[in-house]
Amino acid sequence: MQDLSFITDWINISLRSIMPGWLAVTTECVLIGIGLLLVYALLALFYIYYERKVCAAFQCRLGPNRVGPMGLLQSFADMFKMLIKEIIHLDHIDRFLFALAPYLVIIASMLAFAVLPWGNGLQVLNFNIGIFFLLAVSSIGVLGILLAGWSSNNKFTLIGSLRSGAQMVSYELSIGLSVITMVCLAGTMSVEGIVAEQENLWFIFKGHIPAIIAFIIYMIAGTAETNRGPFDLPEAESELTAGYHTEYSGIHFGFFYLAEYLNLFIVSGVASLLFFGGWMPLHIPGWESFNHIMDYIPSVVWFCGKAIALSFIIIWFKWTFPRLRIDQLLSLEWKYLLPINLVNLVLMVLIIVFNWHF
Amino acid sequence: MSNISDKIQKLFPDYAVEEANVPIFTVPQEKWHDTAVALRDTADLALDYLVTIVGMDWTENLGAIYYLMSTKYDTIVGFKVLAAGDRQQPYIPSVADVWHVAGLYEREVYDFFGIIFIGNPDMRRLFLNIDWVGYPFRKDYDADPALNPVSIESERQSDFTDVYSLDENGKVVKGERRIFEKDDFVVNIGPQHPATHGVLRFRTAVDGETIKKIDVYMGYIHRGVEKLCENLMYPQTLHFMDRLDYFSAHNYHHALCMIIEKAAGIEISRRAQVIRVMMDELSRIASHCLFIGTYCMDLGATTMLFYTLRVREQILDIMEKTCGARMTFNYDCIGGVMQDLAPDFVQDVKALLATLPANLKEYNDVFTGNIIAKNRLEGVGVLSREDAIAYGVTGPSGRASGWACDMRKLQPYSIYPELDFEEVVATEGDSMARFKCRLHEIEQSAKILEQLVDNIPEGECCVKVPKMLKLPVGRWFQVTEGCRGAFGLYLESDGSAKPYRLKIAPPCLPQAAVVDHITRGQKIADLITIGGSMDYIVPDIDR
Repeated sequence: MQDLSFITDWINISLRSIMPGWLAVTTECVLIGIGLLLVYALLALFYIYYERKVCAAFQCRLGPNRVGPMGLLQSFADMFKMLIKEIIHLDHIDRFLFALAPYLVIIASMLAFAVLPWGNGLQVLNFNIGIFFLLAVSSIGVLGILLAGWSSNNKFTLIGSLRSGAQMVSYELSIGLSVITMVCLAGTMSVEGIVAEQENLWFIFKGHIPAIIAFIIYMIAGTAETNRGPFDLPEAESELTAGYHTEYSGIHFGFFYLAEYLNLFIVSGVASLLFFGGWMPLHIPGWESFNHIMDYIPSVVWFCGKAIALSFIIIWFKWTFPRLRIDQLLSLEWKYLLPINLVNLVLMVLIIVFNWHF
Repeated sequence: MSNISDKIQKLFPDYAVEEANVPIFTVPQEKWHDTAVALRDTADLALDYLVTIVGMDWTENLGAIYYLMSTKYDTIVGFKVLAAGDRQQPYIPSVADVWHVAGLYEREVYDFFGIIFIGNPDMRRLFLNIDWVGYPFRKDYDADPALNPVSIESERQSDFTDVYSLDENGKVVKGERRIFEKDDFVVNIGPQHPATHGVLRFRTAVDGETIKKIDVYMGYIHRGVEKLCENLMYPQTLHFMDRLDYFSAHNYHHALCMIIEKAAGIEISRRAQVIRVMMDELSRIASHCLFIGTYCMDLGATTMLFYTLRVREQILDIMEKTCGARMTFNYDCIGGVMQDLAPDFVQDVKALLATLPANLKEYNDVFTGNIIAKNRLEGVGVLSREDAIAYGVTGPSGRASGWACDMRKLQPYSIYPELDFEEVVATEGDSMARFKCRLHEIEQSAKILEQLVDNIPEGECCVKVPKMLKLPVGRWFQVTEGCRGAFGLYLESDGSAKPYRLKIAPPCLPQAAVVDHITRGQKIADLITIGGSMDYIVPDIDR
């Protein structure tokens, strides 16, 4: 298994050799910031293309195929269009909050990026409550959505953001509980620790029944967290035109659009961290040579591959299911997912206590 | 038919009867309200369904013809009521409390003819702007553009509606009534909104997500088709039918051709009959397919649209080969059809019929059986049979409420009596029932096509008709089945080459109006579910 921390260590050492320590740290921060932004933008472009192709396949269409080979440059063209579009200034709105909202949304998803286990030794923030930090920052996003809906001074956006508030607050519970279930199994909240715990076997196999239940609940709640179909009520276009971002244009709309795709990646990234070992290759106890071969695949590929494969499931949901109604959405969470989750947590604890896991 | 005339004559011996293809009784306006109650409540008449109200201007006096139908005996009869008062303020008592849908039809007559209906709780204009000058369907209407200039300002809007009553001296008194309560939170859904399927506007008073009241605001796409027809020769009026409910283009064309042929006494060939019916049924399949697709899309299941459009494309290809167009076909003409079938028509229809069952199964697998779809549709927007009749909701939407209202069965026309098909009727009356009714109607239409596709007789497709077609003096009324319900046509001729009055009674108008009744107390999302399940087409509402 190749440890990529030698690259980061090398950069660190060479920077420190030519400048004082505080400057080296600042330079590193800037470098990482630029790197993250780049990855962020590229991933978003990839996801737009990916979703359009997947959706086209479901709908017996071809999808983008004109700009560039296989339409690969289509999302670049779209992004460019978004950048040069005029930002329409509205009267009778709260200008400051209106402008602030998209940044809150995008900052929330960027912060979450920092703790994702990109590869062996490739993690921006590594501290003992990493997963806790992730839950905390991802809930900033709802603030942006509420502000966007409220400050637009529009009845549709207001209804959209209120729906969003109710939905996010509810489903955060399910996400939190299924994360706690897996943290119990891992025995640590540190992202690195969780990945290291899965060296022998991924948690979805190790924790068997409760882990699978937690995974299913996490995927449902994660889909709801990202406001995607069948839980896309805040932006249900047939009801509320575009929901909370109806009044946004140009790059401000682009931020919401980007954040939606990146949240999709984050949700699937966290799922791969909790259930499929993060960047950890597939290891099966006893199959030494198989494990060895698996180690040859770079850890970054493992992580991104898992996250993208899990996103496929979420995209699949969206293009198959009709949308729920707001009361059905809330009763699904409070009447079904939450009790099941609580019972599942107890089950997981029992399994750990009696050592029934693999 | 004579049976019902006798019964009414026995009950009201002093009402003059005029024999047309539908008998018409003349009722004095002061007795009209009591007569209406008696007509509805007398057990062996049971005229409980108001098909339409035809506003009329016979230059010396204004009036209205009410066409009533009995859902018990399947009889149809007309009542002519002349307005009292002068041309400045003609009036007729309202029957909105007898047949609920009358309230809406009376608004239409008021809008076009200026006849005030005393006692109607909502006597606003229906289609035209509230500050429109004059009543356009009157024969002495001044169409000078200076009177009604194209406004560049926002349309004026009122929170009040008018109510008229008679005081003790018999004078008409105008009153005012609020449409919404004072502090209601009113959201405009439409006119530009993805789920209204056109430029229709629901002024929706909501309490949180719960709907308190809806005011349906129509007329954004009103083109005055009926008025335009009055200035055109009969063959020229046909093409408007494509532009009402554009998915029932063939059916509507068929209806108008049929009523003109009936009036002129033209017999058309068997081949033309069969072709017309086949085109009607193909349209029905295409229309219902589009309904399924757009409805699922309204509910968030976008992919279904493509699955249903696949079938519709196939039908449009068939149409294109024969009619030369994919949307406004303009295919039926007086005396038959415009041109003969394309050579591979039979083969194409057979290919379509072969793929249909697999497609329907797929729709059921993907959507109908889905738990989310069931939760969204079942028990949502329940319309009882009584309400369906009172509100005049026909077509698959009415049949889902248990009202067997298929005009192909009730008022048989063309070759439908010879065909073997079932009328799809459900009893639940909810959105799911309306959805399933349409799914099953596709199967029935396919059954009709199967019977006909191998039995298209040889012969000419269009009989010779005089270029300058003049109809004898008289009035005709006919109800046919469009894709969305009962499509009524009233034709009055003064013996010239142009219709004196052509009234179109579309199925979609009552379907849009009933949305208010069945969405109260439901969620905003249910408005989309219910409105979608009614499957109205806005150009058909506004005409």
